[in-house]
Amino acid sequence: MTQNPTVKYNAKDFSSDQEVRWCPGCGDYAILKSVQRALPELGVSREDLVFVSGIGCSSRFPYYMETYGFHGIHGRAPALATGIKLANPNLSVWQITGDGDALAIGGNHFIHAVRRNVDINILLFNNRIYGLTKGQYSPTTDLGFKTKSSPQGVIDNPFNPGELVLGSAGRFFARIEDVNPKGMTEVLIEAAKHPGTSVVEIMQNCVIFNHHVYANYTDKEVRADHILHVEHGKPMIFGKENNKGLILNGFKLESATIGENGVSEEDILVHDAHEEDSTLHMMLIRLKMPIVTGVIRAVKEDTYEMRLKKQVEEVCETSKFQSVDDLFLSGETWEIS
Amino acid sequence: MESSEVQPKDVVSLEKVVIKFAGDSGDGMQFTGAQFTGTSAILGNDIATFPDYPAEIRAPQGTVAGVSGFQVHIGHAHVHTPGDSADLLVAMNAAALKANLKFLPKGRTVIVDTDNFKRKDWEKAGFENDPLESDLVKDYHVVHAPITSLTRKALEGIGLDNKSITRSKNMFALGMVYWLFSRPLDYTERYLEGKFGKVEKVLEANIKALKAGYFFAETIEALPSAYSVLPADMEKGTYKNLMGNEATAWGFFAAAEKAGLELFLGSYPITPASEILHEIAKYKHFGAKAFQAEDEIAGIVSAIGASFAGDLAVTTTSGPGLALKSEAIGLAVITELPLVIVNVQRGGPSTGLPTKTEQSDLLQALYGRNGESPVAVIAARSPADCFHMAFEASKLALEHVTPVILLTDGYVANGSQPWKIQRVADLPEITPRRVKTPADKWEPYLRDENSLAREWAVPGMKGYEHRIGGLEKDALTGDVSYDPENHEEMIKTREEKIARMVHSIPELKVDGDEKGELLVVGWGGTYGSLLTAQNQCFDSERRVSLAHFQYLNPLPKNTEEVFSRFKKIVVCELNNGQLAKYLKTRFPQFEYLQYNKIQGLPFTVQELTDRFKEILSEN
Ligand code: SF4
Repeated sequence: MTQNPTVKYNAKDFSSDQEVRWCPGCGDYAILKSVQRALPELGVSREDLVFVSGIGCSSRFPYYMETYGFHGIHGRAPALATGIKLANPNLSVWQITGDGDALAIGGNHFIHAVRRNVDINILLFNNRIYGLTKGQYSPTTDLGFKTKSSPQGVIDNPFNPGELVLGSAGRFFARIEDVNPKGMTEVLIEAAKHPGTSVVEIMQNCVIFNHHVYANYTDKEVRADHILHVEHGKPMIFGKENNKGLILNGFKLESATIGENGVSEEDILVHDAHEEDSTLHMMLIRLKMPIVTGVIRAVKEDTYEMRLKKQVEEVCETSKFQSVDDLFLSGETWEIS
Repeated sequence: MESSEVQPKDVVSLEKVVIKFAGDSGDGMQFTGAQFTGTSAILGNDIATFPDYPAEIRAPQGTVAGVSGFQVHIGHAHVHTPGDSADLLVAMNAAALKANLKFLPKGRTVIVDTDNFKRKDWEKAGFENDPLESDLVKDYHVVHAPITSLTRKALEGIGLDNKSITRSKNMFALGMVYWLFSRPLDYTERYLEGKFGKVEKVLEANIKALKAGYFFAETIEALPSAYSVLPADMEKGTYKNLMGNEATAWGFFAAAEKAGLELFLGSYPITPASEILHEIAKYKHFGAKAFQAEDEIAGIVSAIGASFAGDLAVTTTSGPGLALKSEAIGLAVITELPLVIVNVQRGGPSTGLPTKTEQSDLLQALYGRNGESPVAVIAARSPADCFHMAFEASKLALEHVTPVILLTDGYVANGSQPWKIQRVADLPEITPRRVKTPADKWEPYLRDENSLAREWAVPGMKGYEHRIGGLEKDALTGDVSYDPENHEEMIKTREEKIARMVHSIPELKVDGDEKGELLVVGWGGTYGSLLTAQNQCFDSERRVSLAHFQYLNPLPKNTEEVFSRFKKIVVCELNNGQLAKYLKTRFPQFEYLQYNKIQGLPFTVQELTDRFKEILSEN
């Protein structure tokens, strides 16, 4: 990426001339704003930014960005993003996807993209429902939830996206709620700066088909007690009174109140997003109350492109053939005169 | 050899000869065949080869399922196919005889390794009794040679274990065949030195076995004669032997260099196309990226991404994979991005006959997508032609900013042929339609007046930031549009754009008389068989001409005119009549006779000439 472009951008510079068509009140608006606010901070030239997507409400996103954009086909955006990044590693590539697009029809591409660790940023808008096709349950819809395609309630177990990311050897996972613009901008910047595949799960409210799905976390009255926003190197403390925190009880992660049952501030776990061992990250991802947001895992490793580059350099040094013509003339040849 | 007079001890000159080496998959028959091919190529013979691998990776030793074969056709005259049937069969065991005897015309020669025709051997091969003592072989000239034991004897005291010694028996057999066809040993000697130079004993063993076989053949009276096949009258130049899949990969290397672009291959392993992936993965330093995707869909979609970002993008597959890619091909059609899709056809439907050849994906290539989704379709006619057509597919895709499907098939992909080495500098120019219009005047779907191709602007280019995708788009701006008239206009434009590619492709050529009684029509990998059959009929009284298609969509502009010059047309295909069906919709004024074969096997020249003669006599 061309760093420090001479042009200084502001959020407006990333807004295209297309009318935004999401339903009024949809969580997607806040995400669009956060992305547009995060980009000027990255110092990437506008022509080096590419937004790709699959199909679904979220996948309209690229049309609203004044950057390069590709609205692909259902579920296949990880492959699109991979091809773009490998063709030109100088680009900053973002994939916008939803819970159906990424985890149902595109599940295979999603896990393989994560495993491969190409430097792309995947923003997964998780509203736990199919919006564009008008209200069927998705792979993240809760058990028992009634939708048009599950009138008696969902009977298949949901995915927790973070579990899939870690199960696919993921190096970066963050979660954030759509009503936290400041937190989201920060998380997006970290995701963009992380070399390798970064997945950000955004808890997104669909006002039409799944309104209030995250209300028990995001409502003003409960928010401070029900969401724990973690930061690397800081104790995992939360609550209205800032007196609750996470402790390990045996092999279990628990929420405890400081000053009760002999729990002191020193007992509260300090978040280490850089820890190679993902055990604790997995526990944080699985925790339901409070739900954990922020950058849960950020472990550096060589990206696919770096390894590819190394191989190319090695072949260049060792190969007998410096050009295609050399190759054509190699091996057994004979003259007809 | 059938046409020659056998005069013992004389060297008899032959026009063409077909040799089949067959043995257990561990007997090194592919290597032996390749050696014979290399030696003959250097002598200036025209050649065509075809390997015949067992379908199972590790079939039990000594069984028919485990037989591996290599057929090579060498000629003083031009040869266009690996040959209908062998003149000489080398059978290293009973199973090899069992698998091949039924294809061997009576009167031909068979060399057998009698050491592998013991009771347990012929029982394992599924013979009821000793085939060498039975009526089965009475019409053949069978040369009994205890190849294994003679090899052991020759290598006695060499200081290698028994297993390694026995492994050299293929060189003994090769030595015999070299003598029989008056070939020098030096090519193989040099090759073995290169291969085993560091392991002296193994090198010594192989060369000793080779020479022992050569001298054995000279000494025994059993061999009818020594033959020679004089050099063919080939075009001047430097040649090398190339397999179809290799040639395809090399065509892309050349095209990328010519176009000044990096090559991106997004692919998923599938028989019989995987060698293209292997070949491109080897040469990363030519700016080639071979990305092995998680499935067929990711293979093509990653290629579409790479195309959007400015690479020469390719995806390779076989029939079932093409089916999986069809939605994505539609995406490349509507976004109008350059992309080459290679389909190495095999027997279908479904998994079908993965290791066998067929031409049954023509209609899939032409029509197998949702919506009105026109794609350019071209086909390679021979192993060496794969180079040319891969280059051509890239040129068309990049200059017309559109997806192109290249059809080859298992027969062409695995076969080999001498390829006249091309220098990249001598190949036609490729000028990708990169955007030239200044950014403030440019629109994503601004088109060239003549070709209707749009300009290709790629990420990283300042001022050209734009969005494209799978939704119908405005005819100029590319913005999403649901306007009814606009949709119809776009459908017609995309169709017309492909139709106008006709000005960029060559006219249809006729082999044989320009007009006459019977026109044979074919396409793709059947060219060698059809041309040989046409030549044979042309030489005789019954004159037949051939029009063979490499360009299927659009069809060459003189197609209709060529057809109109003949009384009868017969369309020959390795499918149930797909080209015939297509031609009927395009030029319904002609009557199309058909000759179809759907057995997973190529045409034999014999069955073609028989059919042509039959048609000519039906007046
Ligand atoms: S259906 Fe739901 S997710 Fe889709 S735009 Fe409307 S509110 Fe947003």
